[in-house]
Amino acid sequence: MTTRRVVGPFNRVEGDLEITLDIEAGRIAAAYVKSPLYRGFEQILQGKVPADALTLVPRICGICSVAQSAASALALGDAAGIVAPPNGRLAANLTLATENLADHLTHFYLFFMPDFARADYAGRAWHGATVERFRATVGTAPNEMLPARARFMQTMGLLAGKWPHTLALRPGGSTRPLQASEIFRLHRVLRDFRHFLEGVTFGSTLEEVAGLSSRSELSAWQQRAGGGDLRRFLVIADDLDLWHLGRATDRFISYGCYNDTEGRLFSAGLWDQQRLPLDTAAITEDISHAWYAAAGLPQHPAGGGTVPVAEKPGAYSWCKAPRLAGRVVETGALARQQVTGHPLARDMVQGQGGSVAARVIARLLELALVVPAMERWLTEFVPGEPWCIPAPLADETSGVGLVEAARGSLGHWLTVRRGRIHGYQIIAPTTWNFSPRDGEGEPGALEQALAGLPATADDPIPAAIHHVVRSFDPCMVCTVH
Amino acid sequence: MNLLWLQSGGCGGCTLSWLGYQHGPLFQVLADEGVELLWHPSVSEAGIDEARELITQCADGRRDVDVLCIEGSLLRGPQGTGAYHRFGGGSQSMAEWVRQIAGRARHVVAVGSCSAFGGITAAGINPTDACGLQYDGELDGGLLGPHFRDPSGLPVINIAGCPPHPDWITETFAMLARGQLGARDLDDYGRPRFYADQLVHHGCPRNEYYEFKASARKPSDQGCLMEHLGCKGTQAHADCNQRLWNGEGSCLRGGYACIRCTEPGFEEPGHPFEATPKVAGIPIGLPSDMPKAWFVALAALSKSATPARVRENATADHLKRSPSVKRGRK
Repeated sequence: MTTRRVVGPFNRVEGDLEITLDIEAGRIAAAYVKSPLYRGFEQILQGKVPADALTLVPRICGICSVAQSAASALALGDAAGIVAPPNGRLAANLTLATENLADHLTHFYLFFMPDFARADYAGRAWHGATVERFRATVGTAPNEMLPARARFMQTMGLLAGKWPHTLALRPGGSTRPLQASEIFRLHRVLRDFRHFLEGVTFGSTLEEVAGLSSRSELSAWQQRAGGGDLRRFLVIADDLDLWHLGRATDRFISYGCYNDTEGRLFSAGLWDQQRLPLDTAAITEDISHAWYAAAGLPQHPAGGGTVPVAEKPGAYSWCKAPRLAGRVVETGALARQQVTGHPLARDMVQGQGGSVAARVIARLLELALVVPAMERWLTEFVPGEPWCIPAPLADETSGVGLVEAARGSLGHWLTVRRGRIHGYQIIAPTTWNFSPRDGEGEPGALEQALAGLPATADDPIPAAIHHVVRSFDPCMVCTVH
Repeated sequence: MNLLWLQSGGCGGCTLSWLGYQHGPLFQVLADEGVELLWHPSVSEAGIDEARELITQCADGRRDVDVLCIEGSLLRGPQGTGAYHRFGGGSQSMAEWVRQIAGRARHVVAVGSCSAFGGITAAGINPTDACGLQYDGELDGGLLGPHFRDPSGLPVINIAGCPPHPDWITETFAMLARGQLGARDLDDYGRPRFYADQLVHHGCPRNEYYEFKASARKPSDQGCLMEHLGCKGTQAHADCNQRLWNGEGSCLRGGYACIRCTEPGFEEPGHPFEATPKVAGIPIGLPSDMPKAWFVALAALSKSATPARVRENATADHLKRSPSVKRGRK
């Protein structure tokens, strides 16, 4: 017998989330992920002058605001056929990196870890210490992390005026030229952040963490003295076997990010049992189970549209279903590291596939990988050289902006007609991960990851479900926009 | 003083801005100030059934709510159903939840311009029929209607801004907890006067360029952004250039225009955000309280008096000419 259970509101995700579970014989037989909020940015943008997108799209999301901004700047730059000068590129790297790392920190300390302090785990050897350390709002960890995060975000004050919702990132570079003394102050901010991560999060140097190349090295590192919150998490991950929880498709995509003089810090690609090139022309959005008017076959976003409808048979979400060559993929920090070829990510996926543990570790790994890159970018600025070049736009043009937000691949597809925005389609990371079923009936990544987990018709929702949902670091406000 | 925080048609950026509070660990500061978070969607432990039960109790009166905070626009569409946001886990629209709890709370606070006035979600064709709690753009009304007053006689307290500064939010809560926020402390749009009685222009580091109308022409120029690049700092109510953001920032310090995000209707300026509308070469939007004739006369005079240093630096991205050094006592 199947029991249907509607579960929500999920909290400690960005935005509102509801999941419907079909439960059979003590297991989830099917999950239906619903994004309950529609705002309509793609409709709002239509008819605006293209440059207005720079003001509007960051406001799609308070937590991925810079990522939205960067995607928009890239789409406009692509449409104008220009590339920012080196200072502008470095400023964009640093601004996006700051947001992405701050988001990883927020996710770990505020959204994800508090679930292990819940009463569900009373009796576990680590529970008492976890309550003291990670309990929501009152634990020592959130109260230690927030001031460190606020100090780190001073990077935004210097580079971008403010966060969230900066207008500093442009197709032609950055509006905020830096002088030597400001670059020194940024250096001090990054040093303080490094000290926090090395002292509090890792109990180890960033370089040691970044250099871990396999699960066995991770275990050996875990046994060494040093303390830190990653080691605390690893104890829990092993005890609860979060390594075998929350597997989805094990197909991963990344658009790649952080442009260096040559290439990118993290490269673009598809992982499907092997590293493959990413064919963005094969991206489509399917709306068969979303509340939008049908426009025939699944559309590539460059030609897609957004027409909401209040009622539609079979529809259960405001989220469209993006697919790559018709298939479900996962995106996020684990995907990014898997695609770019970090050996620890590759080893974790090789062993147990995408899991709650692997997703969380990949995020923390990125903290260790990206801070040193930020330190390097700071030394590459050349005050006095240009920060921003003009980006005049033709009246008829189009452009694409692809970036990596903290939680994965974000794309903007822009078409301009008669000098105005004709089409603006956005596919956000959580649109990929939390998509509903497609026309073939194939469930989205989270829907697959939840299937098979234990659940009953009446008991409180098991904590494992919380872990799986939050392991994707969902951003629901981006998902539907 | 307990506080229930709900989110609807917004981006969550007000919460994210708030988490950047710089004067101590935010949660400890709140505890110090006697503010208890009953529930906040981003930071509270309780979820799903536990959260629904708590919010249901707030709505039906079994639990008292001192402060109801709303982040994000209230979505009335489609066709008045509110179905563009049904609160997760049930079929009731978030707008209806807000109506019920607002009718019982001791105070109602709009955190951010979306819940204050409609904000960015109401831009363009306003696809979701978004509005604020007590305003629909500049018009009185919104979800709760023009006559809404809390039991102490206050209208909705509008911590306007997109996003609001973390201090604005924290200080408003602290003042409410101390009983120090009365009707006289709110301006005509219900904004706390401690920040809304200032203009973004106050403390702008580009003031010398403004004085001489030495204007930036393109992004990354150091000059004043009012004449060509759409800056509304002389009209926008907020202390952004005195309080500063993320340590030492502000929109102007970041090199881009103030879009008056603390004002109702900022999302639809009637012109591209970063182009100043002009008539016969003169910007239409005048500084607050400035008579037009005087503005024109002073602008013409100051333009002709612009020092070469200021003029040259205005259109460069770094100092071309330093202020001259005078030797001896003058």
